[in-house]
Amino acid sequence: MKLSKAQYDEIAQFLGHVQPTRQSLRKLKEKFPSQSQSTLLSIFSQEYQKQIKRTHAKHHTAEAIETYYQRYLNGVMKNAAAPVLLELANEVDFAPSLMARIVLERFLQEKEQAIPSKTLINSMLRDPSQIPDGVLANQVYQCTVNDCCYGPLVDCIKHAIGHEHEVLLQEMLLEKNLSFIAVEGHIIHWIESKASFGDESSHQAYLQDQFWSYWNRFGPGLVIYWYGFIEELDCHRERGILLKDCFPTDIVTLRHSMAQH
Amino acid sequence: MAAVLELLLQEEVAVSAVMRWLRHGPGHRPAEVTCGGLALVSLSLLQKDFVPFLLNFLREQTSQILTNGPSTPAKTPNSKAHGSQRTGSERRRRSSQKASLGIFLTATPEALPARRGRRKGSSSISASGRQVARDLGRSLAEEEDGKNDSVSWSGGRRKRSEVPLVSARSPPSQLNLNNLEEFPPMGAASGWTNKPSRRINPTPVSAERPLSKPKMCFTSTPVSQPPAARFSCGSSLEAFTAVQEGNLTSVISNSLQEEREMLKKERCKLLHQASSPAGISLDPGTPTKPSYTRSASLPAESHLVTCANPAKVSCKKQLECLAELYSSCIAENLVPNIFLELFFVLQLLTSKGTSTAEDGDSDLEASGRQHFRNVHNCVYFAVQVLDYQYEIISRLEKGTLKLLAENERIASFSPTLHERLRQAYESSTAKVSLLLPCSVQSVSFQPETDNRSNFPSDRAFHIFKKQRDIFYELLREWEDNHEKTGWDFERVLGNKIRSMMAHLSATCNHSHFARLFQKQLIQMCKGPIGGGASWGDTPDQDVLNMLGSDNLSRLKRLQERFIVPQSIRGPCPPPSFPGCQQFFRDFILSAGSYQFNQHLMDSLCLKILELNGLTLVEHEHSDGEADMDEQDEKKRFTVVLLSLRLLAKFLGFLVFLPYRTVEQPTRDLQDSAIVLRNQTLPVLDVLKLLRQSIRDQRSILTIPWIVEYLSLVDHIAPFLDYYRKVFCLLLLMVLSEDKEISFLNKLLILAVLGWLFQVESLVSFPSFSHQDSVPLVDQQLLYTCCPYLGELRKLLASFVAGSGAKNGGFIRKITPTAAESLAPKASVTQRKLQVELEQAFFHNQPPSLRRTVEFVAERVGSNCVKYIKATLVAELVQRAEVMLQDKVKEEDANQDKLLEEVCAHLYEEGAQALIKGREFCKKKGPEAVRVLLPEETSAAVLSSAEDIAVELATEKACGWLSANIAALIKREVKATFNRMLKVPGLPLPGEDALELRRDCPPGCQHCAPFPSQIINEIKVQTVSCLACPNSLCIFHGGAYFLHYGDKIQLFLCVFQFMCPTSEQQLAKCSVELASLLGKSVVINCLSLKSRLRVKKNPTYGLLKLLLSVWKEDFGTPVPVRLIFSKKNMGYLADVKQREWDLFLFMLRGLVEHGLMRTGEIESCLKSLQELPWPSDFLKELEMLSRVFVSEHRVEETRTSPCEMTRRSLGTVTAQS
Repeated sequence: MKLSKAQYDEIAQFLGHVQPTRQSLRKLKEKFPSQSQSTLLSIFSQEYQKQIKRTHAKHHTAEAIETYYQRYLNGVMKNAAAPVLLELANEVDFAPSLMARIVLERFLQEKEQAIPSKTLINSMLRDPSQIPDGVLANQVYQCTVNDCCYGPLVDCIKHAIGHEHEVLLQEMLLEKNLSFIAVEGHIIHWIESKASFGDESSHQAYLQDQFWSYWNRFGPGLVIYWYGFIEELDCHRERGILLKDCFPTDIVTLRHSMAQH
Repeated sequence: MAAVLELLLQEEVAVSAVMRWLRHGPGHRPAEVTCGGLALVSLSLLQKDFVPFLLNFLREQTSQILTNGPSTPAKTPNSKAHGSQRTGSERRRRSSQKASLGIFLTATPEALPARRGRRKGSSSISASGRQVARDLGRSLAEEEDGKNDSVSWSGGRRKRSEVPLVSARSPPSQLNLNNLEEFPPMGAASGWTNKPSRRINPTPVSAERPLSKPKMCFTSTPVSQPPAARFSCGSSLEAFTAVQEGNLTSVISNSLQEEREMLKKERCKLLHQASSPAGISLDPGTPTKPSYTRSASLPAESHLVTCANPAKVSCKKQLECLAELYSSCIAENLVPNIFLELFFVLQLLTSKGTSTAEDGDSDLEASGRQHFRNVHNCVYFAVQVLDYQYEIISRLEKGTLKLLAENERIASFSPTLHERLRQAYESSTAKVSLLLPCSVQSVSFQPETDNRSNFPSDRAFHIFKKQRDIFYELLREWEDNHEKTGWDFERVLGNKIRSMMAHLSATCNHSHFARLFQKQLIQMCKGPIGGGASWGDTPDQDVLNMLGSDNLSRLKRLQERFIVPQSIRGPCPPPSFPGCQQFFRDFILSAGSYQFNQHLMDSLCLKILELNGLTLVEHEHSDGEADMDEQDEKKRFTVVLLSLRLLAKFLGFLVFLPYRTVEQPTRDLQDSAIVLRNQTLPVLDVLKLLRQSIRDQRSILTIPWIVEYLSLVDHIAPFLDYYRKVFCLLLLMVLSEDKEISFLNKLLILAVLGWLFQVESLVSFPSFSHQDSVPLVDQQLLYTCCPYLGELRKLLASFVAGSGAKNGGFIRKITPTAAESLAPKASVTQRKLQVELEQAFFHNQPPSLRRTVEFVAERVGSNCVKYIKATLVAELVQRAEVMLQDKVKEEDANQDKLLEEVCAHLYEEGAQALIKGREFCKKKGPEAVRVLLPEETSAAVLSSAEDIAVELATEKACGWLSANIAALIKREVKATFNRMLKVPGLPLPGEDALELRRDCPPGCQHCAPFPSQIINEIKVQTVSCLACPNSLCIFHGGAYFLHYGDKIQLFLCVFQFMCPTSEQQLAKCSVELASLLGKSVVINCLSLKSRLRVKKNPTYGLLKLLLSVWKEDFGTPVPVRLIFSKKNMGYLADVKQREWDLFLFMLRGLVEHGLMRTGEIESCLKSLQELPWPSDFLKELEMLSRVFVSEHRVEETRTSPCEMTRRSLGTVTAQS
């Protein structure tokens, strides 16, 4: 689904005023019934991530960390079973997983008297049972499963979605037995599958990190944003980066390879 | 000299006699000359100066009429003593620039110091035409500098020292035809100042060429400001006087300034008087054709064009005589640059003339010297000369021919020539196609140079990749913005480039980057305009896709109109970096990196040597059937030549860059620089290459690029011993006798050398000849290499535009000829006899056979190696994997040693590669040969060809394999090993088991949700379970779980969508959920007063299902041990009435399904008991452990001792 810049802006603006919760997502769907769910979800998630990025620093000052840690300690002292961390995160508008990370880091720092390695933290977030403190383990777990945009579980889901689309794409290509192709009149040397919505910021980042690099090495190619993209971003066609929101239908193959089939 | 001309014009001497005199030096003075009683002793000395004198004479004579286009610079390579004031002033202005070739090409070694010693006012006997030529050469080169920067020539004592030379050398006794005071031109009744037309000039289309200053010294033509127009007569005279007083500098700068001011005023005036008096306004007026509105410099004042009338021609005899003499000089290659002369002739042909000129001036006519006093005479002369030069002009490109064929003046002055031109046009194929600008294309990734293995470290590799990306980013930025106003390369990109250089230096990556840079340069710039990647008939793919080939030619033409500047810039433009080349030049300058430059030069040299050494394959002259080969050859030659010229230009740029100066260094500096630089060796031995090329008769390939290289020399370089030799050799070549040279080859060399020497002003312009007979040049290439030839066409076109003539249209074809062999093929094998036999075989076969065989051998050999990699090596690696897997478990031993050991086992097997390789080549080679050779190839030839192909392929493949197989195996095994170490739990990709499971069962509908959806749902359910631990939603959870169980089965049927991470996550989630379910079920059971206990409880069913899924369906190990984690056991501990039966049921299930061993479970239970649990829970846990242990003790006693050890091993592994 291609969105015009104006359409996209409307959605983004709406999201700017709501909390990143499941309820908001529902409201979003009600407000924009003509858009596909997955596109909305993707935009929703991207906007939330932007918001988190903006406020990231704020939550990582020494003071903030200390405050969060103390509130966590006080909270679990009162009721260890209550979702203390989760509520704290929601209260300060921060992603629960990231809140869990902050507190876990702080906790380990105190316990080990050293700054814990990233690997260790990540591994504990993935498997809270490794956390030496049962209560904290439970708290962290609650955070990670309740987070809709961050955390190991979400990462895994994103990864899985990405992979699934790559497999889908591969299937389509294999089915059509395509190797040397031109799409809509443009030679294609590579296809990148993106199981997300292509908004400006992510597209710029992808261009910088991936697409131009591919272009530099392999020449022109095609990007499929399965959850749609802002139409105006499809401006590098002539230079060799094509955007699509689905598997292309206008395909031309090298003649002799067609003759074989 | 004037006397000679005089004799000629008075018909006392025949042209042929003069020509003989010219050709044969002093000893062969034409009898007529002596007989005529004119004992001109000096004549013998002046022979070599005669041609320049003649050219100058013509220029001067016609200067009044010629108002169209820039003046032809070669005005007087050698105007000698006859230099008028104007010439003198020109020379003065230009003379500061650069020494010309003339000095060392013609002067004897002794002459050099003598010249140097010359001082102001000292009249010099040795002041030969050469000296003048040199001065003039310099002056020509300087024009542009002067235009841009008056400072550049205003300093330097050397110039001052030379100037008087000129003035002092004018023997007053001689008739000075060039002296405009003595011989004022027609129509200049009131003197020079009366000629605004000469002063006002077209505005240059692109004035800015900031970096090309030094190289302008090499140019000849002041493109848009003809020398004559620079100064008004008055100021010129002033300057002249001033010079004599040794006061040159100020006067010149003043006068120039003055001149500019006047120009401005004059333009302004003209703007206001739309209709200026006839004949005066020669400022680029309103073009009559809209298509020319862009070209500011086209004079197109159609209303002023005089209708040339053959009947009005006066002094025909003299004109004919002059035309014959002039044409003979051209034909004998006595002129410096034939194209320059052609341009001049076309200027005459298209001269607009003025009404004032038409009126004539009987006084002047009476003097008998003004042969070109009107348009009619000029045109008559031009048509005569064109008739003589028919051979050359008939080879010009089609567009030019068309304009000539349709030229009204030619038609009316010489119907015969007109007819011949028509025919030439109709039969011409020399359609020079135009230049499509292409968007940037990247250099493709080349594993053999760009792979990780080509870099010393990961970091270096990574940095190179990064710099590569940045490089293209810069390129894109440049492409998008460089034409925008205010965009400045250095300001925008300079720092980025330098930071790139710093990064490259840090990792010593310059060589890699230089290679990329050079490849990109060729990719983008080898086309004609420097930006157009496509030349000839190879259209840009994108454009083709867009338009289809039908519309392509139309588009091309249209585009040409837009891209190709229409203004007439004259036939001798300075060396420049057009189009994309600009980016690369600016990049080099901004980078300012010694390392980068050095590596780039290395890279360029290597590539130049490679291309220059390319062999041009022999053509068979088989009844015009060898078209394919010939065409291919020509194409290849063109590509190679253009690439060479491009690379050489950049090499020259880099090589001479450090020595580049804005101004001519002072004599002292120059002398010491020469001493210093004579010590150094040239980066590229162009002299050797030039000699070789002459010897091998391939100078048609070498000279054009050497010219490009030399065109960028700095001020000093031409004085160096080495480069002197190079220039001498170029000249010598020119002098050597002509044999069979392909006409167009000759034209190309003439054109490029003419261009180069135009600048350098050679003294004598000897007969030009060339050895190379391979006709590899066609008009396309000629025009591509010498875009300035297009000036001829533009000039004609502007005339058409101006006179409002209609364009017609025909088509003609010229087919250039075939070439001879240049390269015997180097043989590979050492068995001499075999080689000879092989050679003999190929000798009697068409060359395409050899190419085919070599091609097949090359490809099959290469494929063979790939085949071995994919089969034998892959097999060995798999075996190594198994061996390593076992050994890695055994001991945490030295990994390198382990690797060595395993590889050592495999090396022996690797020897099989040679046998298999040979088999492969033997099978594939003949197949390929058979397909590629013509059907009618005889059986014997075929089988021989097959054998040779197989032999060569085997040699290639086995040679490589025997040297590299061990290293290859090791590399692959190591890579696999590293992967194993990185992801211990994961099955390696490519493992059969995994592959098998990725297929769906037959009849599968593919209706299962994706793994991502399932994980997401698990997440949601987990959340809801966690969120309300005390509610009754658990039942739903149970129901869901059942549902979920179904889903597991379903998604497993579309396992192809599973990636390792989702699989692992799913496994983990299911374990987590199972634990949570235990808790929930317990609560659930409680709430339902536990009627659904034990086997009636669906939970048991679910657990069973889960266990079997874990065992059967997951390819990844399921982390069932998580069940015993503190957190998950915590769910059980939290409940009052714990479902120990369910737990025990699960433990049993784990053992039964082989998911955990008894020992493992025991140890997990044991470590669980060490945690701080509530005491009642601990008690129950202990009890459970006892039950579990006792149950399995019985079992274990029944198993073998071997099994026992394995289990204990398993326990150890599990605990580690």
